[in-house]
Amino acid sequence: MTGEQIQTLFGLMLEYTVPTLKIFGFTLLYSIPLGMIVALLKMCRFKPVSWLTNIYILVMRGTPLLLQLIVAQYSVPYIVRSELCPGFLHALLDGVDIRSEEYMFNMMLFAFVLNYAAYFAEIFRGGIAAIPKGQYEAAGALGFNRFQTFFRIVLPQVVRHVLPASSNEIITLVKDTSLASAIPYMEIMYIAKKQVPTYASLLPLFMAGAFYFVFAMLLTLLLSLIEKASDPLWRRGVNEKRKELFRRGNA
Amino acid sequence: MAMLEVKNLSKNFDKLKVLRDISFNVEKGEVVAVIGPSGSGKSTLLRCINQLERASGGEINVCGINMMSTNEKGRTVFADSKTLRIIRLKTGLVFQNFNLFPHMSVLRNITEAPVCVLKQDKNTAKEKALMLLGKMGLESKADSYPSELSGGQQQRVSIARALALDPEILFFDEPTSALDPELTGEILKVIKELAAEGRTMVIVTHEMAFAHDVADKVIFMEGGYIVDEGTPDHLFGDDASERVKQFLQRFNR
Repeated sequence: MTGEQIQTLFGLMLEYTVPTLKIFGFTLLYSIPLGMIVALLKMCRFKPVSWLTNIYILVMRGTPLLLQLIVAQYSVPYIVRSELCPGFLHALLDGVDIRSEEYMFNMMLFAFVLNYAAYFAEIFRGGIAAIPKGQYEAAGALGFNRFQTFFRIVLPQVVRHVLPASSNEIITLVKDTSLASAIPYMEIMYIAKKQVPTYASLLPLFMAGAFYFVFAMLLTLLLSLIEKASDPLWRRGVNEKRKELFRRGNA
Repeated sequence: MAMLEVKNLSKNFDKLKVLRDISFNVEKGEVVAVIGPSGSGKSTLLRCINQLERASGGEINVCGINMMSTNEKGRTVFADSKTLRIIRLKTGLVFQNFNLFPHMSVLRNITEAPVCVLKQDKNTAKEKALMLLGKMGLESKADSYPSELSGGQQQRVSIARALALDPEILFFDEPTSALDPELTGEILKVIKELAAEGRTMVIVTHEMAFAHDVADKVIFMEGGYIVDEGTPDHLFGDDASERVKQFLQRFNR
Protein backbone atom coordinates (compact mmCIF):
# COMPACT_ATOMS: atom_id res chain seq x y z
CA MET A 1 0.00 0.00 0.00
CA THR A 2 1.24 3.45 -0.83
CA GLY A 3 1.42 6.20 1.75
CA GLU A 4 -1.37 8.00 -0.06
CA GLN A 5 -3.64 4.95 0.09
CA ILE A 6 -3.01 4.59 3.80
CA GLN A 7 -3.85 8.24 4.32
CA THR A 8 -7.12 7.89 2.38
CA LEU A 9 -8.00 4.76 4.32
CA PHE A 10 -7.23 6.46 7.63
CA GLY A 11 -9.43 9.41 6.68
CA LEU A 12 -12.28 7.07 5.78
CA MET A 13 -11.98 5.11 9.02
CA LEU A 14 -11.87 8.29 11.05
CA GLU A 15 -15.09 9.43 9.43
CA TYR A 16 -16.85 6.24 10.53
CA THR A 17 -15.82 6.56 14.16
CA VAL A 18 -18.62 9.15 14.40
CA PRO A 19 -21.50 6.65 14.01
CA THR A 20 -19.78 4.34 16.51
CA LEU A 21 -19.48 7.18 19.02
CA LYS A 22 -23.12 8.03 18.33
CA ILE A 23 -24.33 4.53 19.28
CA PHE A 24 -22.08 4.57 22.34
CA GLY A 25 -23.18 8.00 23.57
CA PHE A 26 -26.91 7.60 23.01
CA THR A 27 -26.98 4.12 24.52
CA LEU A 28 -25.40 5.39 27.73
CA LEU A 29 -27.56 8.50 27.77
CA TYR A 30 -30.77 6.47 27.78
CA SER A 31 -29.81 3.16 29.38
CA ILE A 32 -28.37 4.57 32.62
CA PRO A 33 -31.52 6.47 33.69
CA LEU A 34 -33.69 3.62 32.37
CA GLY A 35 -31.55 1.15 34.32
CA MET A 36 -32.19 3.15 37.49
CA ILE A 37 -35.95 3.09 36.85
CA VAL A 38 -35.87 -0.66 36.13
CA ALA A 39 -33.88 -1.23 39.35
CA LEU A 40 -36.54 0.64 41.35
CA LEU A 41 -39.32 -1.29 39.57
CA LYS A 42 -37.63 -4.57 40.42
CA MET A 43 -37.53 -3.51 44.08
CA CYS A 44 -41.20 -2.50 43.93
CA ARG A 45 -43.21 -4.02 46.75
CA PHE A 46 -46.14 -4.67 44.39
CA LYS A 47 -45.08 -8.16 43.30
CA PRO A 48 -46.45 -8.32 39.71
CA VAL A 49 -44.34 -5.29 38.78
CA SER A 50 -41.27 -6.91 40.28
CA TRP A 51 -41.97 -10.17 38.42
CA LEU A 52 -42.48 -8.48 35.05
CA THR A 53 -39.25 -6.57 35.54
CA ASN A 54 -37.51 -9.82 36.37
CA ILE A 55 -38.74 -11.44 33.16
CA TYR A 56 -37.53 -8.47 31.14
CA ILE A 57 -34.07 -8.64 32.74
CA LEU A 58 -33.91 -12.42 32.27
CA VAL A 59 -34.71 -12.15 28.55
CA MET A 60 -32.30 -9.28 27.96
CA ARG A 61 -29.43 -10.98 29.76
CA GLY A 62 -30.30 -14.46 28.58
CA THR A 63 -30.30 -13.86 24.82
CA PRO A 64 -27.52 -12.52 22.58
CA LEU A 65 -27.40 -8.80 21.99
CA LEU A 66 -26.83 -9.57 18.31
CA LEU A 67 -30.12 -11.45 18.17
CA GLN A 68 -31.91 -8.60 19.91
CA LEU A 69 -30.48 -6.11 17.44
CA ILE A 70 -31.67 -8.18 14.49
CA VAL A 71 -35.12 -8.78 15.98
CA ALA A 72 -35.56 -5.07 16.66
CA GLN A 73 -34.47 -4.27 13.12
CA TYR A 74 -36.65 -6.71 11.19
CA SER A 75 -39.65 -7.49 13.38
CA VAL A 76 -41.81 -4.46 12.66
CA PRO A 77 -43.08 -5.52 9.20
CA TYR A 78 -44.03 -8.93 10.60
CA ILE A 79 -45.82 -7.37 13.53
CA VAL A 80 -47.77 -5.03 11.27
CA ARG A 81 -48.78 -7.86 8.96
CA SER A 82 -49.79 -10.16 11.81
CA GLU A 83 -53.49 -10.47 12.61
CA LEU A 84 -52.73 -10.23 16.31
CA CYS A 85 -51.38 -6.70 15.94
CA PRO A 86 -53.56 -4.31 17.98
CA GLY A 87 -55.07 -1.37 16.12
CA PHE A 88 -53.20 1.42 17.83
CA LEU A 89 -49.86 -0.27 17.17
CA HIS A 90 -50.91 -0.73 13.57
CA ALA A 91 -51.63 2.97 13.25
CA LEU A 92 -48.35 3.81 14.93
CA LEU A 93 -46.20 1.55 12.75
CA ASP A 94 -48.07 1.81 9.47
CA GLY A 95 -46.62 5.05 8.24
CA VAL A 96 -43.04 4.20 9.24
CA ASP A 97 -40.53 3.94 6.41
CA ILE A 98 -38.54 0.90 7.47
CA ARG A 99 -35.84 1.61 4.92
CA SER A 100 -35.02 5.06 6.23
CA GLU A 101 -31.72 5.50 7.97
CA GLU A 102 -33.44 7.21 10.89
CA TYR A 103 -35.70 4.20 11.48
CA MET A 104 -32.79 1.79 11.31
CA PHE A 105 -30.76 3.81 13.77
CA ASN A 106 -33.65 4.22 16.20
CA MET A 107 -34.53 0.51 16.25
CA MET A 108 -30.89 -0.37 16.77
CA LEU A 109 -30.59 2.12 19.60
CA PHE A 110 -33.82 0.71 21.06
CA ALA A 111 -32.23 -2.74 21.31
CA PHE A 112 -28.94 -1.42 22.71
CA VAL A 113 -30.72 0.67 25.35
CA LEU A 114 -33.06 -2.13 26.47
CA ASN A 115 -30.16 -4.56 26.70
CA TYR A 116 -27.81 -2.28 28.61
CA ALA A 117 -30.57 -0.98 30.90
CA ALA A 118 -31.08 -4.57 32.08
CA TYR A 119 -27.43 -4.90 33.03
CA PHE A 120 -27.30 -1.46 34.65
CA ALA A 121 -30.50 -2.25 36.54
CA GLU A 122 -28.90 -5.25 38.21
CA ILE A 123 -25.84 -3.20 39.15
CA PHE A 124 -27.96 -0.35 40.54
CA ARG A 125 -30.24 -2.72 42.45
CA GLY A 126 -27.20 -4.14 44.20
CA GLY A 127 -26.01 -0.62 44.98
CA ILE A 128 -29.35 0.43 46.42
CA ALA A 129 -29.65 -2.76 48.48
CA ALA A 130 -26.22 -2.08 49.98
CA ILE A 131 -27.40 1.13 51.67
CA PRO A 132 -28.03 0.30 55.35
CA LYS A 133 -31.57 0.67 56.69
CA GLY A 134 -30.23 3.10 59.28
CA GLN A 135 -29.60 5.69 56.56
CA TYR A 136 -33.30 5.74 55.67
CA GLU A 137 -34.25 5.85 59.34
CA ALA A 138 -31.88 8.72 60.10
CA ALA A 139 -33.21 10.64 57.10
CA GLY A 140 -36.79 9.95 58.17
CA ALA A 141 -36.14 11.03 61.75
CA LEU A 142 -34.67 14.30 60.44
CA GLY A 143 -37.84 14.98 58.47
CA PHE A 144 -36.62 14.30 54.93
CA ASN A 145 -39.45 13.13 52.70
CA ARG A 146 -39.01 10.04 50.49
CA PHE A 147 -37.97 12.07 47.48
CA GLN A 148 -35.31 14.01 49.41
CA THR A 149 -34.12 10.83 51.10
CA PHE A 150 -33.58 9.12 47.75
CA PHE A 151 -31.88 11.99 45.96
CA ARG A 152 -29.85 13.48 48.81
CA ILE A 153 -29.00 10.52 51.01
CA VAL A 154 -29.34 7.29 49.03
CA LEU A 155 -28.42 8.11 45.44
CA PRO A 156 -25.05 9.81 46.12
CA GLN A 157 -23.97 6.74 48.08
CA VAL A 158 -25.30 4.36 45.43
CA VAL A 159 -23.33 6.18 42.73
CA ARG A 160 -20.13 5.54 44.63
CA HIS A 161 -20.96 1.87 45.16
CA VAL A 162 -21.84 1.17 41.54
CA LEU A 163 -19.07 3.06 39.77
CA PRO A 164 -16.60 0.15 39.43
CA ALA A 165 -19.19 -2.29 38.05
CA SER A 166 -20.70 0.38 35.78
CA SER A 167 -17.26 1.23 34.40
CA ASN A 168 -16.96 -2.39 33.36
CA GLU A 169 -20.26 -2.22 31.47
CA ILE A 170 -19.31 1.05 29.81
CA ILE A 171 -16.01 -0.38 28.55
CA THR A 172 -17.84 -3.44 27.26
CA LEU A 173 -20.26 -1.22 25.38
CA VAL A 174 -17.37 0.36 23.44
CA LYS A 175 -16.74 -3.00 21.83
CA ASP A 176 -20.38 -4.12 21.67
CA THR A 177 -21.14 -1.21 19.33
CA SER A 178 -19.36 -3.26 16.65
CA LEU A 179 -22.36 -5.64 16.62
CA ALA A 180 -24.21 -2.89 14.77
CA SER A 181 -22.15 -3.80 11.69
CA ALA A 182 -24.31 -6.92 11.34
CA ILE A 183 -27.54 -4.93 10.88
CA PRO A 184 -25.84 -3.58 8.74
CA TYR A 185 -25.22 -0.14 10.18
CA MET A 186 -22.26 1.71 8.77
CA GLU A 187 -19.91 2.25 11.62
CA ILE A 188 -16.20 1.64 11.91
CA MET A 189 -16.35 -2.19 12.07
CA TYR A 190 -18.54 -2.37 8.98
CA ILE A 191 -16.24 -0.12 6.97
CA ALA A 192 -13.11 -1.93 8.15
CA LYS A 193 -14.47 -5.30 7.02
CA LYS A 194 -15.53 -3.84 3.70
CA GLN A 195 -12.12 -2.32 3.00
CA VAL A 196 -10.17 -5.57 3.51
CA PRO A 197 -10.81 -6.96 -0.04
CA THR A 198 -10.57 -3.49 -1.60
CA TYR A 199 -7.06 -2.93 -0.30
CA ALA A 200 -6.16 -6.61 -0.06
CA SER A 201 -4.76 -5.79 3.37
CA LEU A 202 -5.53 -6.38 7.03
CA LEU A 203 -4.64 -2.80 7.83
CA PRO A 204 -8.29 -1.61 7.99
CA LEU A 205 -8.98 -4.21 10.70
CA PHE A 206 -5.90 -3.16 12.65
CA MET A 207 -6.97 0.46 12.41
CA ALA A 208 -10.43 -0.41 13.74
CA GLY A 209 -8.83 -2.44 16.52
CA ALA A 210 -6.55 0.46 17.40
CA PHE A 211 -9.54 2.80 17.54
CA TYR A 212 -11.46 0.55 19.98
CA PHE A 213 -8.33 0.09 22.06
CA VAL A 214 -7.50 3.78 22.35
CA PHE A 215 -11.12 4.69 23.04
CA ALA A 216 -11.42 2.04 25.75
CA MET A 217 -8.13 3.16 27.27
CA LEU A 218 -9.13 6.82 27.42
CA LEU A 219 -12.45 5.81 28.97
CA THR A 220 -10.67 3.67 31.54
CA LEU A 221 -8.57 6.65 32.55
CA LEU A 222 -11.60 8.94 32.70
CA LEU A 223 -13.66 6.45 34.69
CA SER A 224 -10.90 5.80 37.21
CA LEU A 225 -10.61 9.55 37.68
CA ILE A 226 -14.37 9.78 38.25
CA GLU A 227 -14.10 6.89 40.70
CA LYS A 228 -11.42 8.75 42.62
CA ALA A 229 -13.39 11.99 42.53
CA SER A 230 -16.39 10.20 44.01
CA ASP A 231 -14.39 9.82 47.21
CA PRO A 232 -15.09 12.93 49.28
CA LEU A 233 -11.76 12.57 51.10
CA TRP A 234 -9.92 12.68 47.75
CA ARG A 235 -11.89 15.75 46.67
CA ARG A 236 -11.07 17.53 49.90
CA GLY A 237 -7.38 16.70 49.44
CA VAL A 238 -7.41 18.20 45.94
CA ASN A 239 -9.19 21.31 47.21
CA GLU A 240 -6.64 21.79 49.96
CA LYS A 241 -3.77 21.42 47.52
CA ARG A 242 -5.36 23.98 45.22
CA LYS A 243 -5.79 26.43 48.08
CA GLU A 244 -2.18 25.87 49.11
CA LEU A 245 -0.94 26.60 45.58
CA PHE A 246 -3.12 29.71 45.47
CA ARG A 247 -1.66 30.93 48.74
CA ARG A 248 1.88 30.39 47.48
CA GLY A 249 1.00 32.14 44.25
CA ASN A 250 -0.20 35.19 46.19
CA ALA A 251 2.82 35.30 48.49
CA MET B 1 -47.54 20.42 80.23
CA ALA B 2 -46.82 16.89 79.12
CA MET B 3 -44.42 16.79 76.18
CA LEU B 4 -45.23 13.18 75.53
CA GLU B 5 -48.24 11.15 76.50
CA VAL B 6 -48.35 7.46 75.72
CA LYS B 7 -51.52 5.57 76.57
CA ASN B 8 -52.18 1.82 76.28
CA LEU B 9 -49.66 1.54 73.47
CA SER B 10 -49.31 -1.87 71.86
CA LYS B 11 -47.22 -3.18 68.99
CA ASN B 12 -47.38 -6.61 67.39
CA PHE B 13 -45.08 -8.06 64.80
CA ASP B 14 -47.46 -10.65 63.37
CA LYS B 15 -48.22 -12.77 66.44
CA LEU B 16 -45.33 -11.50 68.52
CA LYS B 17 -46.48 -8.92 71.05
CA VAL B 18 -43.56 -6.54 71.50
CA LEU B 19 -45.37 -3.79 73.39
CA ARG B 20 -48.38 -4.36 75.62
CA ASP B 21 -50.38 -1.66 77.27
CA ILE B 22 -47.57 0.87 77.67
CA SER B 23 -48.62 4.12 79.36
CA PHE B 24 -46.42 6.91 80.60
CA ASN B 25 -46.00 10.68 80.43
CA VAL B 26 -42.95 12.86 80.00
CA GLU B 27 -43.22 16.40 81.36
CA LYS B 28 -41.36 19.38 79.98
CA GLY B 29 -37.73 19.39 81.13
CA GLU B 30 -37.99 15.87 82.44
CA VAL B 31 -35.36 13.21 81.72
CA VAL B 32 -36.75 9.70 81.53
CA ALA B 33 -34.49 6.65 81.38
CA VAL B 34 -35.88 3.40 80.01
CA ILE B 35 -34.03 0.31 81.20
CA GLY B 36 -34.62 -3.40 81.02
CA PRO B 37 -33.25 -6.61 79.51
CA SER B 38 -32.62 -6.97 75.78
CA GLY B 39 -35.73 -7.77 73.81
CA SER B 40 -38.01 -6.10 76.33
CA GLY B 41 -39.37 -3.63 73.76
CA LYS B 42 -37.45 -0.51 74.79
CA SER B 43 -36.15 0.28 71.32
CA THR B 44 -39.46 -0.58 69.68
CA LEU B 45 -41.14 1.87 72.02
CA LEU B 46 -38.83 4.67 70.82
CA ARG B 47 -39.24 3.60 67.22
CA CYS B 48 -43.03 3.74 67.50
CA ILE B 49 -42.93 7.22 69.02
CA ASN B 50 -40.53 8.35 66.28
CA GLN B 51 -42.67 6.84 63.48
CA LEU B 52 -40.03 4.34 62.39
CA GLU B 53 -42.59 1.67 63.23
CA ARG B 54 -46.37 1.87 63.24
CA ALA B 55 -47.78 0.95 66.60
CA SER B 56 -50.73 -1.46 66.57
CA GLY B 57 -52.93 0.28 69.07
CA GLY B 58 -53.15 2.92 71.76
CA GLU B 59 -52.52 6.63 71.85
CA ILE B 60 -49.49 8.83 71.42
CA ASN B 61 -49.56 12.57 71.91
CA VAL B 62 -46.43 14.64 71.27
CA CYS B 63 -46.30 18.27 72.42
CA GLY B 64 -50.07 18.39 72.55
CA ILE B 65 -50.53 17.03 69.05
CA ASN B 66 -52.25 13.71 68.57
CA MET B 67 -50.05 11.33 66.62
CA MET B 68 -52.29 8.34 67.07
CA SER B 69 -55.52 8.06 68.95
CA THR B 70 -58.60 5.92 69.34
CA ASN B 71 -61.82 7.16 67.74
CA GLU B 72 -65.40 6.67 69.04
CA LYS B 73 -65.64 3.29 67.34
CA GLY B 74 -62.57 2.08 69.19
CA ARG B 75 -60.39 2.11 66.07
CA THR B 76 -56.82 3.33 66.10
CA VAL B 77 -56.36 6.35 63.86
CA PHE B 78 -53.13 8.05 62.87
CA ALA B 79 -52.74 11.75 62.22
CA ASP B 80 -52.53 12.77 58.55
CA SER B 81 -49.09 12.83 56.98
CA LYS B 82 -48.76 16.61 57.32
CA THR B 83 -49.32 16.42 61.06
CA LEU B 84 -46.98 13.44 61.36
CA ARG B 85 -44.32 15.53 59.66
CA ILE B 86 -44.83 18.40 62.08
CA ILE B 87 -44.50 15.96 64.98
CA ARG B 88 -41.38 14.48 63.44
CA LEU B 89 -39.69 17.87 63.51
CA LYS B 90 -40.57 18.33 67.18
CA THR B 91 -38.73 15.12 68.05
CA GLY B 92 -35.07 14.29 67.66
CA LEU B 93 -33.63 10.79 67.61
CA VAL B 94 -30.08 9.63 68.32
CA PHE B 95 -29.32 6.10 67.15
CA GLN B 96 -27.16 3.38 68.62
CA ASN B 97 -25.17 3.14 65.38
CA PHE B 98 -25.02 6.93 64.81
CA ASN B 99 -26.26 6.58 61.20
CA LEU B 100 -24.33 9.60 60.00
CA PHE B 101 -24.37 10.23 56.26
CA PRO B 102 -20.94 8.97 55.10
CA HIS B 103 -20.87 11.03 51.89
CA MET B 104 -21.27 14.34 53.70
CA SER B 105 -18.79 16.29 55.80
CA VAL B 106 -19.54 16.64 59.50
CA LEU B 107 -20.81 20.17 58.87
CA ARG B 108 -23.15 19.08 56.09
CA ASN B 109 -24.43 16.20 58.14
CA ILE B 110 -25.69 18.81 60.57
CA THR B 111 -26.85 21.51 58.14
CA GLU B 112 -28.54 19.25 55.55
CA ALA B 113 -31.85 18.84 57.38
CA PRO B 114 -32.21 22.49 58.48
CA VAL B 115 -31.48 23.66 54.92
CA CYS B 116 -33.49 21.02 53.06
CA VAL B 117 -36.35 20.37 55.42
CA LEU B 118 -36.75 23.63 57.34
CA LYS B 119 -35.58 25.72 54.34
CA GLN B 120 -33.20 27.63 56.57
CA ASP B 121 -30.67 29.98 55.02
CA LYS B 122 -27.36 28.16 54.42
CA ASN B 123 -25.25 30.60 56.44
CA THR B 124 -27.65 30.60 59.37
CA ALA B 125 -27.62 26.81 59.40
CA LYS B 126 -23.84 26.76 59.17
CA GLU B 127 -23.41 29.18 62.07
CA LYS B 128 -25.74 27.14 64.21
CA ALA B 129 -23.96 23.91 63.24
CA LEU B 130 -20.58 25.37 64.19
CA MET B 131 -22.01 26.54 67.49
CA LEU B 132 -23.36 23.03 68.18
CA LEU B 133 -20.05 21.46 67.17
CA GLY B 134 -18.31 23.80 69.59
CA LYS B 135 -20.64 22.64 72.30
CA MET B 136 -19.72 19.05 71.48
CA GLY B 137 -16.01 19.92 71.54
CA LEU B 138 -15.67 19.14 67.84
CA GLU B 139 -15.25 22.56 66.23
CA SER B 140 -12.03 21.38 64.56
CA LYS B 141 -13.85 18.48 62.87
CA ALA B 142 -16.31 20.47 60.76
CA ASP B 143 -14.62 19.52 57.49
CA SER B 144 -13.92 15.91 58.47
CA TYR B 145 -15.93 12.99 57.19
CA PRO B 146 -17.63 10.45 59.49
CA SER B 147 -15.15 7.73 58.48
CA GLU B 148 -12.34 9.84 60.00
CA LEU B 149 -13.96 10.10 63.41
CA SER B 150 -13.96 7.81 66.43
CA GLY B 151 -17.25 6.27 67.51
CA GLY B 152 -17.62 8.77 70.33
CA GLN B 153 -16.99 11.68 67.99
CA GLN B 154 -19.50 10.29 65.50
CA GLN B 155 -22.10 9.98 68.20
CA ARG B 156 -21.50 13.58 69.29
CA VAL B 157 -21.96 14.70 65.69
CA SER B 158 -25.21 12.78 65.50
CA ILE B 159 -26.39 14.49 68.70
CA ALA B 160 -25.51 17.85 67.15
CA ARG B 161 -27.39 16.81 64.01
CA ALA B 162 -30.51 16.07 66.05
CA LEU B 163 -30.16 19.33 68.01
CA ALA B 164 -29.87 21.39 64.81
CA LEU B 165 -33.61 21.01 64.24
CA ASP B 166 -34.37 22.38 67.72
CA PRO B 167 -36.44 19.39 68.81
CA GLU B 168 -38.66 19.88 71.80
CA ILE B 169 -38.04 16.34 72.94
CA LEU B 170 -34.95 14.27 72.32
CA PHE B 171 -34.82 10.46 72.18
CA PHE B 172 -31.70 8.35 72.61
CA ASP B 173 -31.75 4.71 71.53
CA GLU B 174 -28.89 3.07 73.44
CA PRO B 175 -26.53 5.89 72.49
CA THR B 176 -23.47 4.25 74.04
CA SER B 177 -24.02 0.57 73.24
CA ALA B 178 -21.70 0.66 70.21
CA LEU B 179 -18.90 2.40 72.14
CA ASP B 180 -16.12 1.22 74.39
CA PRO B 181 -16.20 2.35 78.07
CA GLU B 182 -13.87 5.28 77.50
CA LEU B 183 -15.92 6.71 74.65
CA THR B 184 -19.12 5.98 76.55
CA GLY B 185 -18.00 8.51 79.15
CA GLU B 186 -17.75 11.36 76.67
CA ILE B 187 -21.28 10.74 75.37
CA LEU B 188 -22.76 10.48 78.84
CA LYS B 189 -21.10 13.78 79.72
CA VAL B 190 -22.75 15.46 76.73
CA ILE B 191 -26.16 14.04 77.65
CA LYS B 192 -25.73 15.23 81.24
CA GLU B 193 -25.00 18.73 79.96
CA LEU B 194 -28.16 18.62 77.85
CA ALA B 195 -30.11 17.53 80.91
CA ALA B 196 -28.66 20.45 82.87
CA GLU B 197 -29.95 22.79 80.15
CA GLY B 198 -33.44 21.56 80.95
CA ARG B 199 -33.98 19.58 77.76
CA THR B 200 -36.75 17.01 77.67
CA MET B 201 -35.23 13.63 76.96
CA VAL B 202 -36.08 9.94 76.84
CA ILE B 203 -33.04 7.70 77.02
CA VAL B 204 -32.99 3.96 76.44
CA THR B 205 -29.82 2.77 78.09
CA HIS B 206 -27.94 -0.07 79.69
CA GLU B 207 -25.81 2.35 81.72
CA MET B 208 -27.46 1.94 85.10
CA ALA B 209 -25.27 4.35 87.05
CA PHE B 210 -25.90 6.96 84.40
CA ALA B 211 -29.66 6.37 84.47
CA HIS B 212 -29.54 6.78 88.22
CA ASP B 213 -27.60 10.05 88.02
CA VAL B 214 -29.27 11.81 85.14
CA ALA B 215 -32.89 10.66 85.10
CA ASP B 216 -35.83 12.24 86.89
CA LYS B 217 -37.83 9.11 86.23
CA VAL B 218 -36.80 5.56 85.39
CA ILE B 219 -38.98 3.05 83.57
CA PHE B 220 -38.18 -0.65 83.76
CA MET B 221 -39.54 -2.72 80.88
CA GLU B 222 -39.70 -6.44 80.33
CA GLY B 223 -41.66 -8.61 77.89
CA GLY B 224 -43.35 -5.56 76.41
CA TYR B 225 -44.73 -4.35 79.74
CA ILE B 226 -43.68 -1.58 82.05
CA VAL B 227 -42.82 -3.65 85.12
CA ASP B 228 -41.93 -0.77 87.40
CA GLU B 229 -41.39 2.95 87.20
CA GLY B 230 -40.55 5.80 89.50
CA THR B 231 -37.75 8.03 90.72
CA PRO B 232 -34.24 6.63 90.44
CA ASP B 233 -34.15 6.32 94.21
CA HIS B 234 -37.27 4.16 94.10
CA LEU B 235 -36.11 1.93 91.25
CA PHE B 236 -32.55 1.54 92.41
CA GLY B 237 -33.60 1.32 96.06
CA ASP B 238 -35.05 -1.30 98.31
CA ASP B 239 -38.74 -0.85 97.53
CA ALA B 240 -38.39 -1.63 93.83
CA SER B 241 -40.15 -4.74 92.57
CA GLU B 242 -38.38 -8.06 92.93
CA ARG B 243 -37.77 -8.43 89.21
CA VAL B 244 -36.05 -5.03 89.04
CA LYS B 245 -33.86 -5.88 92.02
CA GLN B 246 -32.92 -9.16 90.40
CA PHE B 247 -32.04 -7.37 87.13
CA LEU B 248 -30.02 -4.71 88.92
CA GLN B 249 -28.13 -7.14 91.11
CA ARG B 250 -25.34 -7.41 88.58
CA PHE B 251 -24.93 -3.66 88.51
CA ASN B 252 -25.18 -2.94 92.19
CA ARG B 253 -22.28 -5.09 93.19
